[in-house]
Amino acid sequence: MVRLLQIEFIKLWNNRASKVLITSYFVLLTSIALIAAIKFDIGPVQFHLADQGIFNFPYIWHFNTWVAAIFKLFLAIVIVSMMANEYSNKTIKQNLIDGLSKKEFILSKFLTVISFAFISTVFVFITSLILGLIYSDYNEISIIFSDLEFLPAFFVKLVGFFSFCLFLGMLIKRSAFALGFLILWTILEQAVFGILGWKFMSWPAAKRVKDFFPLESMMNLIKEPGSRLSAVQNIGDQIGENFRFDYHTYWYEFLIVIFWTALFIYLSYALLKKRDL
Amino acid sequence: MQTILTVTNLTKKFGYITAVKDLSFTIEKGNVYGILGPNGSGKSTTLGIILNVVNRTAGDFSWFDGNTTTHEALKKVGAIIERPNFYPYMTAIQNLKLVCKIKEVPETRIQEKLELVGLWERRNSKFKTYSLGMKQRLAIASALLNDPEILILDEPTNGLDPQGIHQIREIIKKIAGEGTTILLASHLLDEVEKVCSHVVILRKGEKLYSGPVGGMMASHGFFELRTVDMEKLQALLEKNASFGKITRENGTLTAFLKEEMDAEELNKMLFDQGMVLSHLVKRKESLEEQFLTLTKNN
Repeated sequence: MVRLLQIEFIKLWNNRASKVLITSYFVLLTSIALIAAIKFDIGPVQFHLADQGIFNFPYIWHFNTWVAAIFKLFLAIVIVSMMANEYSNKTIKQNLIDGLSKKEFILSKFLTVISFAFISTVFVFITSLILGLIYSDYNEISIIFSDLEFLPAFFVKLVGFFSFCLFLGMLIKRSAFALGFLILWTILEQAVFGILGWKFMSWPAAKRVKDFFPLESMMNLIKEPGSRLSAVQNIGDQIGENFRFDYHTYWYEFLIVIFWTALFIYLSYALLKKRDL
Repeated sequence: MQTILTVTNLTKKFGYITAVKDLSFTIEKGNVYGILGPNGSGKSTTLGIILNVVNRTAGDFSWFDGNTTTHEALKKVGAIIERPNFYPYMTAIQNLKLVCKIKEVPETRIQEKLELVGLWERRNSKFKTYSLGMKQRLAIASALLNDPEILILDEPTNGLDPQGIHQIREIIKKIAGEGTTILLASHLLDEVEKVCSHVVILRKGEKLYSGPVGGMMASHGFFELRTVDMEKLQALLEKNASFGKITRENGTLTAFLKEEMDAEELNKMLFDQGMVLSHLVKRKESLEEQFLTLTKNN
């Protein structure tokens, strides 16, 4: 396993573009902390974002994982190209000839994906913990470590998303087209949802179907945290809208994403096995 | 003798096209083999199958004693096919280190192999800055990293300039001289003739011949003859059991031998029959002529 990771590390780290993207990704993850510096000071209106409760435990777990997940696009580019480049450089052929089995090849990519997701999770955990300890209004141990489900959700979400990228790279063999397809797929999921709700079933039923789509199911793992803020909810109460919806992550939501992950990895393997290189 | 590779009834179809048809051969340790055939005869496909990158349609192949999985066996094989494939953004050293990781061999041999192919000076240059000849030499160095039981080369001199071709051939000869088994696919006859001891000839995916290079010379050669009365000469030779095919072209008669006969004997025989030759040459077919004869559609 270490060998497979080393192989992938050599390939990635010697590529300047990948190195820059990976580094920027982790710098961006850390830069969540900069949100704390957002301060408006316009005469009588004083606004300090960090004082609005976004860094309160346990809310910070939800907020930070949600924000951090936006940056995953940087790694998506790296992952799609690390797969597609093997095809355009024909190095996949040489790797197999040199004695890497097809299973090992896929495994080395998948292990890399898992490592990326794991390191990101650890990163977010540490950044959030430090930020929370500085700005949170509540500092009891039991509160700090409640609602930690967002961290495994973040991890599973990243693994799922990156596995999808891996599969697209494998399927399409060209990074640019694979990324294009990723965007197309995002639109497609919404389009199918729209058509289902409009023509075939009720909107709530269409929503339930949509929850099974790969990208949507990944989105569901960490729901939008903005409406949880007391400030937002206060406004909601004033205008008569209820923003208090269920933001928890449920086991079956994990299950759907894990299913997609397994399917994408299996399909990548099946594709590699079937193809003549 | 130790068998390195056994191929039995291998068949590969790409849709309607049969690229390799019912191909069988074995490779023994210590010999230098050539796979010879015109472009599109199934050489690269065959190599692709035994190297685990092309799926076979039917038939079988086994490496060594047949008890190792293909990818484990490939760690004991050194192979380059068609074009040298490396990571363009990595230097020679970085690329070779990667290969060492894949093959699970120590990195200590990198210097030795780079020196062998004359690239040690350029070890820290990126692969994409290399000329084709250098890329091909790097591929050879990479294939040799594990001191392979067998070295497989697919068209190693394709697209190189004469100097590059010469360099590659010198390296191959050096490696063959050290007793490494080599399998060389090529459409260039002199290449095979110069380095190989055994040859497998393919045409449209079918095996035409397999055996020692010397064995290809199944014929005993032929005579080129000229005389005043060509008609009489031809009639005379056609009656003689020693001759097979007889052709006439541009006033020269070519008579193929079915059994051994030297020029003196023929000359004497014809003279006794009252024929005086103005031209008598005995020749063996070159490998090239035989190859063209073999691969001709007939």
